[in-house]
Amino acid sequence: MTTNFPIMADVTRVDTVLFGPVVPVDEYLIPWLPELWFGILLFTLGMYVFLDGFDFGIGMLYGTREDEAERDLLLSIFGPVWDANEVWLVAFGTVLFAAFPPVYASLLSDHYLLVFAIVFALILRGITPELREQRDEPEWVRACDRGFVVGSTLSPFFIGTLAGSWVFGTGTIALPSVLTGVAVVFLSVASGAAYVAMKTTDTLREEMVRYGLYAAAGYLLSVVVLLITVFLTDPLGVRETLLSTPVLAVVLVTVVFLGIGVVAATRDALEVTWWFYATGGVAFALITLVAILLYPDLYPATGTTVRESIISPLALNVLTVVVIPVLFLVLAYFRYLYTVFSGPVEHEDGYGTSD
Amino acid sequence: MIEPLLIDPELGSRIQFGGTLSVHIVFAALSVGLAPYIVYFTYKEISTGREKYERLRSFWTKIFAIGFVMGTATGIPMSFQFGTNFPAFSEFAGELIGGPLAFESTMAFFLEAVFLGVLLFGRERVSDRVYVLSSVLVMVGAWLSALWILIVNSWMQTPQGYELIEENGVTGLVLTDPIAAYFTPRLFWMYVHMQNAAVISVTLFVAGVAAYFVWTNPDSEPWRGTLKLSVGVLAITSIFQVIHGDMYTRHVVQTQPMKFAAMEALYETKEGAPLHLLAFPRNLADITDPRAEELFTVSIPYLASFLAEADPTGVVYGLEEFDVQNPPVAYVFWSFRTMVFLGFWFIALGLWGVYRMRKGTLFERGRFLKALMASIPLGFVATIVGWYVTEIGRQPWIIQDVQLTSEGVSQTLTSTQMTISLSAFAIAYAILVVLFIRVIKWIVDDELERVLEDDFERVEQERTDDQAPSGSGEV
Repeated sequence: MTTNFPIMADVTRVDTVLFGPVVPVDEYLIPWLPELWFGILLFTLGMYVFLDGFDFGIGMLYGTREDEAERDLLLSIFGPVWDANEVWLVAFGTVLFAAFPPVYASLLSDHYLLVFAIVFALILRGITPELREQRDEPEWVRACDRGFVVGSTLSPFFIGTLAGSWVFGTGTIALPSVLTGVAVVFLSVASGAAYVAMKTTDTLREEMVRYGLYAAAGYLLSVVVLLITVFLTDPLGVRETLLSTPVLAVVLVTVVFLGIGVVAATRDALEVTWWFYATGGVAFALITLVAILLYPDLYPATGTTVRESIISPLALNVLTVVVIPVLFLVLAYFRYLYTVFSGPVEHEDGYGTSD
Repeated sequence: MIEPLLIDPELGSRIQFGGTLSVHIVFAALSVGLAPYIVYFTYKEISTGREKYERLRSFWTKIFAIGFVMGTATGIPMSFQFGTNFPAFSEFAGELIGGPLAFESTMAFFLEAVFLGVLLFGRERVSDRVYVLSSVLVMVGAWLSALWILIVNSWMQTPQGYELIEENGVTGLVLTDPIAAYFTPRLFWMYVHMQNAAVISVTLFVAGVAAYFVWTNPDSEPWRGTLKLSVGVLAITSIFQVIHGDMYTRHVVQTQPMKFAAMEALYETKEGAPLHLLAFPRNLADITDPRAEELFTVSIPYLASFLAEADPTGVVYGLEEFDVQNPPVAYVFWSFRTMVFLGFWFIALGLWGVYRMRKGTLFERGRFLKALMASIPLGFVATIVGWYVTEIGRQPWIIQDVQLTSEGVSQTLTSTQMTISLSAFAIAYAILVVLFIRVIKWIVDDELERVLEDDFERVEQERTDDQAPSGSGEV
């Protein structure tokens, strides 16, 4: 197995008793470990797009509710899980840092102000519902509500914009980045509407289904415009890749998933769950698309590949041995969290710890 | 030209990181320090079924929740700044720094966030046992989180377990011994000191709030108990912190002599150096540029040498020995003095409280309760200045003796970008702090009504007892 650091072969190592026999020091545990970490990285991003995506969607749909009880209901749907969902973004950031530090460094420093725009939007989205609960004054509540809707709209937009300039290799904000941002906003609304529809009954559900359908249409439209734009401007020379079978297949899959979702949503209760799974399917199909467009590069703007930016064998092996079992554990307690808070939400559940 | 109004990227990056850290650490310490109290009150609530524990659990959990949200909000920018402002450092040392940060997010942050959801919203949905377990898991998450962060930081103080390599003319670090890299000589000292500092900070907060409620209503049963508990904890933890801190300092002398010289404002190498317990400036220049010899000090002769070398005449290195230009001595020196001074004040408060408890006057309105109320923010102040000693004391190194801060900072960052982000951070964080204080005040105000009712109920109870024509007491 060759490494990215040829000089390392000459380095005399300290043979650690613990790691020597268990974890190979000079070669990767398995030959395609760097590719596996590329997959883990995109998996954390997929989980984030899927899970926090519907939180953003709920936040935007919140703006369409005038009725106080409905607003409270939306917040209580969102309350128990959003904090945990948001951690997938931190997981994505730290996995990128841990496995591919050069890309972490250049991606973030190249998008300096955009990164902080994301951060401030997330702060606004995160603190406003918590603050809202603390006081009953109408003005205070209204200010918090506004902040919540604005934060929930700007967060997915900025995140999508960053993802767009990362994947489409513009390296700076350009038309494809902005269009990606728009697509992510629509996708978030679609999955947020699905989640609310799943958790509620009667008229609210019907309205959510309607919003979900509009958002799904908006998503399809923005993705089509995005693909055409990338095809025409072609900053990376990806024109051929865009027309390749895998890409077309994946794009088709996102459309099919949304279609299934739309059909399911117009039917009865059980199938709304399928709509929700379908939006999850769209998120992961998109991530697959990202993988196809990127690989073997990890940061197209500088042409840095996965193999070039991966850390050395020992460090990656340690990361693998520690993080992979932990990720399974994390999935287990996410499952538990969603089991505890499964089923329709009742109005009395409320948000926060008010007694 | 507006050029002079824009801030230099290196200086700006340091101010931005230091500023965001100063705010974030308050919320981080709040999580770490309050978690054991939450576990205790939750456990008592479930095991005794008493209403007073439910009230205390609910009160402190509200504050914990708002602190956690603020901690997340202020913590995410911290982690991103490694990439945005210090990309050269991130690329250079990513192999050592990135791993523990990923362990922190996957092992600790998820745990805390998932089970906080259960703790805040799941009272009616999970069993008693799972409910208590959730509070324990939230605490495990908070404490594990701090462990991994301090593993990163302690490595930057006393780096080991790596080798320098050069590839294509670019120097980088390679991990060679994970055990050595993660468990550095500094870790034990730093972890114990920081966790205890967090507990002290929160204990002062708890004690101050309890003092306020006891002052309002000396008969409020829940808050009498809380006051007693927190005063006891304060006495023990504050004494421990000074003993531990003293040993920690000795470790710093041996591993980072330059930092110790800055802490003592010692410019010239000396045999038989004294330790300055207290220092006062004689004029303005002494504040901005302290030199121990020129200050008015209360010192113990030979103690610095004794600490450093276990020999009263041992050599203590002065700043002249190190190749640094304009070391930021003033920040380090005055921060260290503030921390030590506050540390002794906390011991005094703890012992004063224990004395009053033994005399049975703990709940009487008086100077002691006032002192507790006034000391609410001081634990956090001590924690912040403690971090200044640790972080500024290491300058100009970002990784001690390995990489300079100037080498780790972004090369592409412009003054304009820096100025925009720094201003945005200053405004946003100031708003966050104000909002946090306001919300805490509201939560306290809500509780105040209940505290006053406590009294009302008691008076009611007494009145009924007195009026009862044939109460059991008369039989």
